[in-house]
Amino acid sequence: MNRLDIHKTYKLYIGGKFPRTESGRYYVVNNKKGNLIANMCLASRKDFRNAVVIARKAQTSWESVSALNKGQILYRIAEILEGRKEQFVTELITEGETKKNAQKEVEIAIDRLVYYAGWSDKYQQFFSTVNPVSSSHFNFSNLEPVGVVSIIAPENQSLLGLVSVIAPAIVGGNTVIVLASENKPLTAISFAEVLNSSDVPGGVVNILTGNKNELTSHMASHMDVNAIVYCGKDEKIIKEISELASNNVKRTIFYKKSDWENELCESPYFIEKNQEVKTTWHPTKI
Amino acid sequence: MFPNLNNLSVYDTTGVDERIARFCSRSIKASSKIEGLKLALSMIDLTTLEGKDTKGKVQQLCYKAMHPHKLLKNIPTVAAVCVYPSYVGVAKKALDGSSIKVASVATAFPSGQTSLEVKINDTKFAVDQGADEIDMVISRGEFLMGNYQFVFDEIATIKEACGKAHLKVILETGELETLDNVRKASEIAIYAGADFIKTSTGKIKPAATMPVTYVMLDAIKDYYLKTGKMIGMKPAGGISTAKIALQYLVMLNEVLGEKWMNNSCFRIGASSVLNDILMQLVKAETGMYQSPNYFSKD
Amino acid sequence: MQKKENNTVFKASWTYDEAPESIDHIQLNEIYNLYIDGEFVKPAKGVYFDTFNPANNEKIASIAEASDEDVDLAVKAARKAFTSWSKLPGKVRGKYIYRIARLIQERSREFAVIESLDGGKPIRESRDIDIPLVANHFFYYAGWADKLEYAFPNRTAKPLGVVGQIIPWNFPLLMAAWKLAPALATGNTVVLKPAETTSLTALKLAEIIHESGLPKGVVNIVTGAGKTGATIVNHPDVNKIAFTGSTGVGKYIQKATAATNKRLTLELGGKGANIIFEDAAIDQAVEGIINAIFFNQGHVCCAGSRLFIQESVADLVIQKLKNRMETLIVGNPLDKNTDIGAINSKKQLQKIEKYIEIGINEGGDIYQSKCKLPKNGNWCAPTLFLNVSQSHRIVQEEIFGPVLAVQTFRTIEEVIEKANNTPYGLSAGVWTEKGSKIFHLTQKLKAGVIWGNTFNKFDAASPFGGYKESGFGREGGLHGLKPYVKFD
Repeated sequence: MNRLDIHKTYKLYIGGKFPRTESGRYYVVNNKKGNLIANMCLASRKDFRNAVVIARKAQTSWESVSALNKGQILYRIAEILEGRKEQFVTELITEGETKKNAQKEVEIAIDRLVYYAGWSDKYQQFFSTVNPVSSSHFNFSNLEPVGVVSIIAPENQSLLGLVSVIAPAIVGGNTVIVLASENKPLTAISFAEVLNSSDVPGGVVNILTGNKNELTSHMASHMDVNAIVYCGKDEKIIKEISELASNNVKRTIFYKKSDWENELCESPYFIEKNQEVKTTWHPTKI
Repeated sequence: MFPNLNNLSVYDTTGVDERIARFCSRSIKASSKIEGLKLALSMIDLTTLEGKDTKGKVQQLCYKAMHPHKLLKNIPTVAAVCVYPSYVGVAKKALDGSSIKVASVATAFPSGQTSLEVKINDTKFAVDQGADEIDMVISRGEFLMGNYQFVFDEIATIKEACGKAHLKVILETGELETLDNVRKASEIAIYAGADFIKTSTGKIKPAATMPVTYVMLDAIKDYYLKTGKMIGMKPAGGISTAKIALQYLVMLNEVLGEKWMNNSCFRIGASSVLNDILMQLVKAETGMYQSPNYFSKD
Repeated sequence: MQKKENNTVFKASWTYDEAPESIDHIQLNEIYNLYIDGEFVKPAKGVYFDTFNPANNEKIASIAEASDEDVDLAVKAARKAFTSWSKLPGKVRGKYIYRIARLIQERSREFAVIESLDGGKPIRESRDIDIPLVANHFFYYAGWADKLEYAFPNRTAKPLGVVGQIIPWNFPLLMAAWKLAPALATGNTVVLKPAETTSLTALKLAEIIHESGLPKGVVNIVTGAGKTGATIVNHPDVNKIAFTGSTGVGKYIQKATAATNKRLTLELGGKGANIIFEDAAIDQAVEGIINAIFFNQGHVCCAGSRLFIQESVADLVIQKLKNRMETLIVGNPLDKNTDIGAINSKKQLQKIEKYIEIGINEGGDIYQSKCKLPKNGNWCAPTLFLNVSQSHRIVQEEIFGPVLAVQTFRTIEEVIEKANNTPYGLSAGVWTEKGSKIFHLTQKLKAGVIWGNTFNKFDAASPFGGYKESGFGREGGLHGLKPYVKFD
């Protein structure tokens, strides 16, 4: 007789824990045949609000983790994801991907984590400057993370796209609240399990599943969020986000690309977009 | 005599942290560990300072102070029991016959936010009740505003009110922000007549830390070099395990040395560390890791 | 009040029992062969030399001596491996180097113990400083392997080919990491020669290189003494030489490679100036002095071996320094409480003792801490020479031991001039609480590494190297890539 297997419940990932949505609501994800894959949490604006409080609290200590340690943590995420490769390939296939594409997507996601791990202790050297001002001052400019970032993850290439926006944001010292792909949300929550096992402090990455139309305005208008990243081509959404962001002069970052496998989708400039530049002066005459 | 606060030593926090790290990486084993544990035990001011303290609580604590563990032979008792002024009498009676001192907090502990008259009376009451030692608090607000003469005068006045009792001056280092301030406050307290300088009330975080203790030991060192007079030191709060207590002793050993390694010159303000030290001593004797169930909680 | 000079007034009474690091978990062979083309091979001439534990002068193992033939084999293997290694995508090279970093972390305690056993440095140093930095370097450069297009604006970086690397005995595994990591990340292949008194950790590293799956021939380790090093330097098919060691040998190498196409970087000796101003945080400055010259037994090229104290605080600093010296524990490197370990070799100890004698004969006031020195093995107590000047030999020449020459100064201009008045230029330290003074000094001191209110700090991300006779080229950081690449 065949063994009856246990179906997984997909919850949200907030503050290093897996709570259900406070609203108790759900939405259905079906496979190509129309059969149920999973009931996903339909996150509410209150879930988002709670996640922002937690992300803000976690941000100062995450920022002060040394660059070396951040790099080691990202490398560890890659290690754990590599170990769970098959699980993710299977989930992507369930969501409708071909086996070949699923495998490629997972492998590139792992390598991308290693890529950004390697930037952790270098991007500062690359983007900072010592400025030869005319007065007797030592003057230098360096980068600092913007703080708390909301991210609306790509709808397709749901795992690779997710990793491609989370990694550069957190390696730069930001904490994030991510709204996963609406139609292909499984790997986002499974990825949260990987994060949780990888020495990533709770609250640094928070992942919600839900309805883009419902949550976008809150993610764009929250006064305690410093930047918002939107992955997609919908001009209406882009306009909405831009207008709402102006309420607290939020930094807006739009990625319209849809092929995240492309090599151009990983670069230190993805890190830089979530950074501020600080310039400091100090006299040099005794 | 008011101290010269100009040209006072300044401290680099990164450098201090590195020195502390060296103290903490010392490995204390075998007989030197047992020696250290016993010394630490003898330096404890066993403390209860809660709003909900009662006569019964204090009596039980005093019994524990006199009888820490029935199975361990040849261990010293704690140095003192530390309570609120209202329980000095109770403690005195309960400790009758032992060599354990009664220390009392005073001067509107922990905040110190009241008139000088109230502080003097608070002190006198504790002394009349029989306190051997008084732990006072400085006026941190006045200190941070730069009114150093005020802080100095207050300490000198309380010292007078203490009579024969020893005075420990609590700096409340957690409110002083910087190591340079800790040094300044130490200097003022020492010159104003403190017999001991003490880090904290234990009522706020951070309580005692190794860096502030280090700076206070340095102040004591410089005073000794100038005057030949030995001042005592007491870190209080946050020293919850035997391991931490030993790290403080390593620091004391390597900064002030042999003369200060006794409970006339160094105290540890704590409560739960007593049982941890007892557990370590039993472990050293039996070779087995211990369970808290075998050590009385009072 | 009469200040009686009494360095024992704060004498520590509590003595710590032995806290020996356990060594039963480490794996050491009796005989070590050369690591060439992905396997351990016997030396062509069958000659071996012994390596000793400097704490008791007992033999630990026999190490193969690489002859000309062996070096030639190693270079050939490196050349062969270079074709495919340099063509591998940077991402793949990076992944190999990450593996090496991780394997070192997994076996870190074993490496720390062997480093202390073979070289004499305290286990606390090798465990807490050396080995973590080693992993740090491999991690850092692994990340550069696929990012070279960002490292050099407007230039395409290409590897040089086969690089010959010769490293010293004071930070054996760390020097190996400093050399290997950037060379591999940029696509070069390597022939590495560790110092003859400290070959063991490099040979253990060969085991890790093997475990990481690194293609054979990419890293080759040939053990031996000066002669082996000279063979590497003179080998016609080596494209670059990287050397860390004494200035004397560095000059020889510079001459030997003159008019060849070989690229060269040198990291040589130093006589670092450590400058204490009256407005310094004196207590931390004293700790900084100790750190600068006594830890690692003073076997540090960038040691702060010339102390300059502003005269107004000289007595105070010297008194505190002497007090602090009395708390330093000189002893068995494997005891966790040891602060200062064994001098690396009999030869080095003789050199240090010779300089101490010179110092005394030159009229310097010697002060040594009263610590108990163990009986067998090579030991030297922390030593100060007071009342010396720039003209004393012990102030000019590198001693490479726990011996500090102490001078006073009066003005900023004076100390800058004196600090720079040396053929060396590796490091300097400045102690003052005034920010602008730090910047003024750091701008005027001619040294490759300047420490403000600290000393002997190293990081994979921070470039290190000297001016003048302390060598040229930088290791660490973005600048550390340059010596290993060429541009079209």
